[in-house]
Amino acid sequence: MGETFYIFKDGDLKRKDNSIVITSLEGDKKNLKAEVADEIYLFGEVNLNTKLLNFISQKGIILHVFNYYGFYSGSYYPRETNISGYLLVQQVRNYDDEEKRLRIAKEILKASSYNIYRNLRYYNGRGINLEEQMKNIDSLIKKLDYGKSINELMGLEGNIRKIYYSTWNSIVKQDINFEKRVKRPPDNMINSLISFVNSLIYTTVLSEIYKTQLNPTISFLHEPGTKRFSLCLDIAEIFKPLIGERMIFSLLNKNQITEDDFDRESNFIYLKESGKRKILMEYDKRLEQTIAHKDLGRDVSYRYLIRLECYKLIKDIIGEKEYTGFKIWW
Amino acid sequence: MKKITGVMVYYYFVCKRKLWYFNNDVNMEHTSELVGMGKLIDESSYNREKKNILIDETINVDFLKDWKIIHEVKKSRKLDEAAKWQLKYYIWVLRNKEVKIEKGILDYPLLRKREEIFLTTSEEEELMEVLEQIQHIINKDLPPGVINKAFCKKCSYYELCYI
Repeated sequence: MGETFYIFKDGDLKRKDNSIVITSLEGDKKNLKAEVADEIYLFGEVNLNTKLLNFISQKGIILHVFNYYGFYSGSYYPRETNISGYLLVQQVRNYDDEEKRLRIAKEILKASSYNIYRNLRYYNGRGINLEEQMKNIDSLIKKLDYGKSINELMGLEGNIRKIYYSTWNSIVKQDINFEKRVKRPPDNMINSLISFVNSLIYTTVLSEIYKTQLNPTISFLHEPGTKRFSLCLDIAEIFKPLIGERMIFSLLNKNQITEDDFDRESNFIYLKESGKRKILMEYDKRLEQTIAHKDLGRDVSYRYLIRLECYKLIKDIIGEKEYTGFKIWW
Repeated sequence: MKKITGVMVYYYFVCKRKLWYFNNDVNMEHTSELVGMGKLIDESSYNREKKNILIDETINVDFLKDWKIIHEVKKSRKLDEAAKWQLKYYIWVLRNKEVKIEKGILDYPLLRKREEIFLTTSEEEELMEVLEQIQHIINKDLPPGVINKAFCKKCSYYELCYI
């Protein structure tokens, strides 16, 4: 399994022989092992050239770029080497077949909502009374089964998320005053945190899709978009509760992240470097965390669960086995 | 008729499901450490020879000695039956191109062993049947089922098959 490098320093990123070297403004050099690298995240301001881009393309390394505020800017996605024309055609066919698309979209949402439910159940078992919200979410999940269109499913999903977010004030022990989810720009600490963490999950999913023959632009739940790799959004939906939101709760409840990690003047949009670092350390740790997979009989990491989701989609797309979304089972 | 590569003949004897996936470009090899190791062995052995000769844009022979002996480099002898047939197929293809191939040699540089391979007339018939079977398998709409062998656990397709 390849490694991920997170770079905060400003400086130069260069190819040096067969490795990648980051030289900070102060002149410290650090070698990023190109042979084992899978992804590089750039948070600092870094100079790089085409020689480097050519090199990382050759090695199949994805470069994710974040701007000064920590918002995701984009990825340098090397030329696809895992191409299957056959699979692409099948993927498009499945998207285009309303019935099949709806079935896959439903599976994605059912899994994602179930994982949300599990998060609530966890905190409900720890002395926060969430019975009512759990009951409401449960009945919405049941309605997903009868959804007749993507729009209807999206509406149900919106309602589930609304109930979910309404519980955050009681789940989180800090005084977060979280009313509702706001993006572009986020309007408080929690919204900023969600945006940042979601963009991390998005990039991780993109990196995993890249290792398969799936095409990241053709999605089932989300509309295939021109501005985003929408299949990443589909798959990310399933893992946000497990990887992202559990981490947010834990970071806040252990006071690892507080308002002090944000720039007050920025109206809590700007996450300070210290904050980003803490989140990324924790995020990386979670991705590498493993669980015993009952179907495979081996330990798999959270990161690898994402790839397995891709494999399941591949099997559904070629008509071998119907896709079932990943649900937390432990 | 689709062109059949040596790897396809090899996979036919290893796992027909893998053959089907491979033929549809659903490749898993790039994720496997074992395959990476095989690649390194290939790159680091027999450097005096002219290596990886692509013939007819279909078969990729590890290396040839004087256009008489075909070499195929393998890491282990675990799946030597499949390796033998892969080599026999190469012999057949080249003979059809009027190249006077005497024999094939399976090289195991890690084991410091080698094995000579010949293609007899009766085997040639067997090979024709295999090629027909391969066409049959790759033309199917769905991949053949999981074979559930002990060596599945080491295969780069393991997760795809068992998930």
